[in-house]
Amino acid sequence: MAEPQRARPKPTPETQHFWDGTKAGELRLQRCDACAHVYFPPRPFCPSCASRKVSIFKASGKGFLYSYVINHRPAAPGFTPPYAIAVVELEEGPRMMSNIIDCPQTPEALELDMKLEVAFEALDDKVTLPVFRPAKG
Amino acid sequence: MRSNQVAVVGAAETTELGVIPNASQLQLHADAALNAIADAGLKLSDIDGFATAVETPQQVCHYLGIKPTWVDGTSVGGCSFMLHVRHAAAAIEAGLCKTVLITHAESGKSMIGKAPRSIPADSLQGQFEAPFGVYGPPSMFPIPVLRFMKTYGITHEQLASVAVVQREWAAKNPRAMMKDPITVADVLNSRMIAYPFRLLQCCLVTDGGGALILTSADRAKDFPRRPVYIMGTGESVETPMVSQMETFNSSRAFKTAGPLAFKEAGIAHKDVDHLMIYDAFAHLPLFGLGDLGFMPHEETGKFIADGNTRPGGKLPLNTNGGGLSYMHSGMYGMYALQESVRQMRGIAPAQVANAKISVCHGVGGMFAASGTIVFTNER
Repeated sequence: MAEPQRARPKPTPETQHFWDGTKAGELRLQRCDACAHVYFPPRPFCPSCASRKVSIFKASGKGFLYSYVINHRPAAPGFTPPYAIAVVELEEGPRMMSNIIDCPQTPEALELDMKLEVAFEALDDKVTLPVFRPAKG
Repeated sequence: MRSNQVAVVGAAETTELGVIPNASQLQLHADAALNAIADAGLKLSDIDGFATAVETPQQVCHYLGIKPTWVDGTSVGGCSFMLHVRHAAAAIEAGLCKTVLITHAESGKSMIGKAPRSIPADSLQGQFEAPFGVYGPPSMFPIPVLRFMKTYGITHEQLASVAVVQREWAAKNPRAMMKDPITVADVLNSRMIAYPFRLLQCCLVTDGGGALILTSADRAKDFPRRPVYIMGTGESVETPMVSQMETFNSSRAFKTAGPLAFKEAGIAHKDVDHLMIYDAFAHLPLFGLGDLGFMPHEETGKFIADGNTRPGGKLPLNTNGGGLSYMHSGMYGMYALQESVRQMRGIAPAQVANAKISVCHGVGGMFAASGTIVFTNER
């Protein structure tokens, strides 16, 4: 029997640009042309001022560890516990859920506020997830 | 909404709580409803308003044989029943109906006649949370707590003390699932679930249900039980994605619903004799005490660890044992309401002497929604 698979995102018309971005090695956010608010998750209008004039841009990929849990049980399909489920605050302001790679999944190694940078993990030829690793230097 | 115009005149839980392998979720709704109707001395045909969550109103009304002229299917998670109380009070005041039945039931443990929760892959949660390994409430609800602890200097021991204190309350309650005393060390040595939370800081998983009957305060005096008046109410929602909360240092939904209810009731915090704060996990009472304005968040951990919320303490909190020790079928809000009503009737197993005002604060989802009800037994 095949191993149970990690949950895969299925893009909608409003989020397609984000998932196209991760595949191309870019973390894409949106900025309101009217009020300059930067937001996530994607939508074709500004959740702050309701303007429909918004632009997609490539984010720096830099951020810091805002909070996390280290999940032991039950583990999600496709994950080997213990693994950290993190929320990263991006340099541009929005926060997003992700995983932390190249780092022991321990409270000692995962320090709140540690600097992170984005990396991309291809699950298959369709889906690439944004994950984060401790920033170099 | 005006205070004390509507009252709870019927309240009951399912005949059994805990593990109920011989009833479907729908039958548990009916069991709770029939118990509440008997408690109020009513007939099913007296019910003209109906509210429930997860199950649809049409499902439960059909099963019970109720013909309502007002329904509310608000389903925002475990605090849905607080919102139903608020909506029902407004509907009764507006003359849309006279006698409202609110039911909750969940076959949370036995999973009989209960649809599994699923997250569609093209939903926002399915795209932006599920791929990163969240899998059920224990992996999601505690995500804010490390940030909250760092911001306010809350310790692991203080968070463990929440479970210890609630077990003290549960020990006084014959219907509580877990009654054996525990220590902070027991909590911190229990099995790791999702760091920083261990087994004893996570809610139980049980079967059960509860129901409430509301009518106008003027009619309430003719019922067999002591009326419990709706003094103030509040509600709000924030986001279905825990990662997208405005901040992990508080809950926007709590900070909206709680103060609304206090303002409507016209009470100050010192007036509160009894408090319920939905405790799916051990950090929720700390968020609640801070967001409802009882004290600065910094003081909440010490306040509980110092014993202020335990039996005999100055602010009795979660006096049924809470979701951590009493029961938690998945949407615990109904059981918090039931305990507030018992306290206001003066019949709770761990009765707070001379309690006149009870605040009942609920959460839905992972800080996704909130509802607050202020009850009083004096009009």
